[in-house]
Amino acid sequence: MTTAIGRPIDRVDGPAKVTGAGRYSADVPLPGLVHAVVVGSRIPAGRIISIDTRAAEQANGVLAVLTHLNLPKGGSVPPLVPSLAGAAATGQTFFPMQDEVIHYAGQHVAVVVAETLEQAEHAATLLRIDYAAAPFVTTVEQGREQAYEARRIFGGFLPGRVERGDVDAGLAEAAVTVDLGYRYAANHHNPIECSATTAVWQGDRLTVYDATQGPNATLHTLAELLNVMPSHIRVVTDFVGGSFGCKAMIWDHPALAALAARHVGRPVRLALSREQMFSSVGHREQQEQQLTLGADAQGRLTAVRHHKLSPTSHFDDWAEPSLGVASQLYACPNYQGVYRLIRANTMTPTFTRCPGEASGMFALETALDELAERLGLDPLEIRLRNYAETTPGDGTPWSSKKLRECYRRGAELAGWDRRDPRVGALRDGDTLLGWGMATSAYPCYQPGNPQRARARLYADGSAVVQASISDIGTGSATAMTQVAADGLGVQLERVRFQYGDSDLPNTAAAVGSAGAGMVSAAVHVATTALRDQLIAQALADPGSPLHGADPRQVTVAEGRMALRERPDVGETYAALLQRAFMADAEAVGTWNPPPDTSGGSMTFGAQFAQVAVDPDLGLVRVRRLIGVFDAGRILNRKTAHSQLMGGMIWGMSHALLEGTRMGPDGRWANASLGEYLVPVNADAPEVVVETVESTDTVVNPLGVKGVGEVGMVGTAAAIANAIHHATGKRLHRLPITIEDLL
Amino acid sequence: MTCTVNGVPRTADDVWEGESLLYVLRERLGLPGSKNACEQGECGSCTVYLDGTAVCSCLVAAGQAVGREVVTVEGLSGGPDAEPGPVQRAFLAAGAVQCGFCTPGLIVAVDDLLSRNPHPTDPQIREALAGNLCRCTGYEKIMEAVRLAAGGQA
Repeated sequence: MTTAIGRPIDRVDGPAKVTGAGRYSADVPLPGLVHAVVVGSRIPAGRIISIDTRAAEQANGVLAVLTHLNLPKGGSVPPLVPSLAGAAATGQTFFPMQDEVIHYAGQHVAVVVAETLEQAEHAATLLRIDYAAAPFVTTVEQGREQAYEARRIFGGFLPGRVERGDVDAGLAEAAVTVDLGYRYAANHHNPIECSATTAVWQGDRLTVYDATQGPNATLHTLAELLNVMPSHIRVVTDFVGGSFGCKAMIWDHPALAALAARHVGRPVRLALSREQMFSSVGHREQQEQQLTLGADAQGRLTAVRHHKLSPTSHFDDWAEPSLGVASQLYACPNYQGVYRLIRANTMTPTFTRCPGEASGMFALETALDELAERLGLDPLEIRLRNYAETTPGDGTPWSSKKLRECYRRGAELAGWDRRDPRVGALRDGDTLLGWGMATSAYPCYQPGNPQRARARLYADGSAVVQASISDIGTGSATAMTQVAADGLGVQLERVRFQYGDSDLPNTAAAVGSAGAGMVSAAVHVATTALRDQLIAQALADPGSPLHGADPRQVTVAEGRMALRERPDVGETYAALLQRAFMADAEAVGTWNPPPDTSGGSMTFGAQFAQVAVDPDLGLVRVRRLIGVFDAGRILNRKTAHSQLMGGMIWGMSHALLEGTRMGPDGRWANASLGEYLVPVNADAPEVVVETVESTDTVVNPLGVKGVGEVGMVGTAAAIANAIHHATGKRLHRLPITIEDLL
Repeated sequence: MTCTVNGVPRTADDVWEGESLLYVLRERLGLPGSKNACEQGECGSCTVYLDGTAVCSCLVAAGQAVGREVVTVEGLSGGPDAEPGPVQRAFLAAGAVQCGFCTPGLIVAVDDLLSRNPHPTDPQIREALAGNLCRCTGYEKIMEAVRLAAGGQA
């Protein structure tokens, strides 16, 4: 019986957050705590000739200055594996301060430890570092000539080229083609909390308070980097102040904090500054995409050719998988996707919310709009004509797909059929108005590692349920409390979900919109196993009113087991345990994800945007965003819809504001919240979010497909299509700026 | 340095005058509710009251706060173990909290807005809170929370 799942209950971690009582990784009070600051390279390529640390070492309060000359050498750098797998997940296969070579600007070259943060920051300014600079490449423009086709990307998980059918033949038979070049600025995540690690050793045991999406990922990465047994490391993550991908992979600062703490024999806090966040925790890479679509006269796609070019680091072949969803969304027999990379003097790019889907779908969904215009079709109609009833390519059925319902409801909310589709037809005084729409889709990635949770019920009927996952603000702790309450059949307020700790049963990191689905599966398995165990105990207990009953006839509600047909016959868990002199009962649940479902399982959505463009000033204001999504089962409407809304504002931001510019000196030129624009409250439009009823019996036991990213996917394209409707301009560059509209 | 924090006289020793008020609150007075996120007054996560005026405590030097009254997010619930105050309850009820890192500053900013203007219009709310960045919620739920708090419904 479901009572808690789906309810829009308040966040379980909310009271601590609104009163300021929540302890984030830089808030943990420890006796004797000292502060470490990292120092980044000023140049993007070359080597360190000399570091003069004397003045810094003599400064007030300074305890240590670590550089490549004296940093204790540790273990090995683990391979680059996405943190989803619950294993070591380094952000790049390069660990700094091992030698004098500089690969990118901001590369950590020194760590200064002092009694106070202010003393450490001051001492860092006293370091004298002389560099020999070397020629560098940091942008697509500089590296275009040396681009190469990637064999594999994304930590080796995805092929660099995907083909089906014959794309040239498909283009040859097309009645209409569009061939468009897209350019995208680099992006930085900029969660409000900068990454921070507090590390403390007790003998050879290490405890790390780390702002991470995966405590286990931090644990296993540190174990390899420091050459310390995993059993001797504990990673605690009570609160994380947002992440959006930059805390998914494990970068070098947690290990540097641990090494510094061991060096000075005191607990060390290492908090990155906002500026350092731009060169320490990855980014969404600058990129270009070339997209060619062919369609027959009815608008049915005959070919999709999608190529991407982007810079990666000198160590790893990383490209966000921009071509993935765009290759799978529409029924098209002929497809070719190719990733080309440039070795550049940047750190390895990383997951950034909608890693690939946001950029790839911007291209596909604006190109489709253009194709519709060429064919005289309504933008929604061309999408329906290419609706994929089964997975394009191998034709396997979707695990669930209610995209048609999303289109229908979204169009209804937007009044899509009532708008005047002619370009420039809608006005509000001198302001041009436009409506645009786009499809959203995001794959359900579920790596194969087992997901575990533990459930314990005390003799008074209250319960603790545990899994290691951190709650980065998504609401997973709240949703898991609901799942646990239903699984056990107890009241919500009697359940505490314990999380954010590598000592708890291992789960995937909170990444890839997969946390809710994968961890809820483990919590569901653990809590229903404990329920079944307790029912079995009652049936076997001659003292129980349920003795000898058919287990299939027993239900549990509010902590009481009873016969379905005779609710008066039964007893509480508490009575059962107390009679047996048991203080508690416990079960561990393991859920093994099904073999790769990523090809045939997606979250879907339909997004609509209304914009207002000032034709004299080129200013774009988004007035309304509407998103209707098929995300499978919604565990908590309040937190899920807030996630989707937040994603849509990310999409608006991707469309109109966000871009990190590379300076001529090979350093990010706008590394601050003053110059890297993100939306403020006054920029936000009216946002309408709905989810459609959707049942998915394939993806995981509760049918959860995830809400973290899909809200963002189609937003930028819907806005760009709306700008076209308002102004007649087709814009193929993100972010879209005032200059583009003048 | 000595100042009044959340109604209690507090003293911190060995404070370098150039330290920020935010640093003193977080590291010396054990009040980490105010958050450090940009160090340049762009994000509003460190917003506190200084003699009744909402300020970014990262931009206030410790020396400037000497002898003055500071109220932080911890002070708006009437004590560490007290029930959340009305603005805090409104944020909970509306679901205006996600990661929670911008929340302490926003709570102070909203408290300040409603004390000056108990019934703000939506554009007034958006302008008043434009200095408090939130990366998670998309702001819609925050608007709802302010409306709830203004209506006395939370």
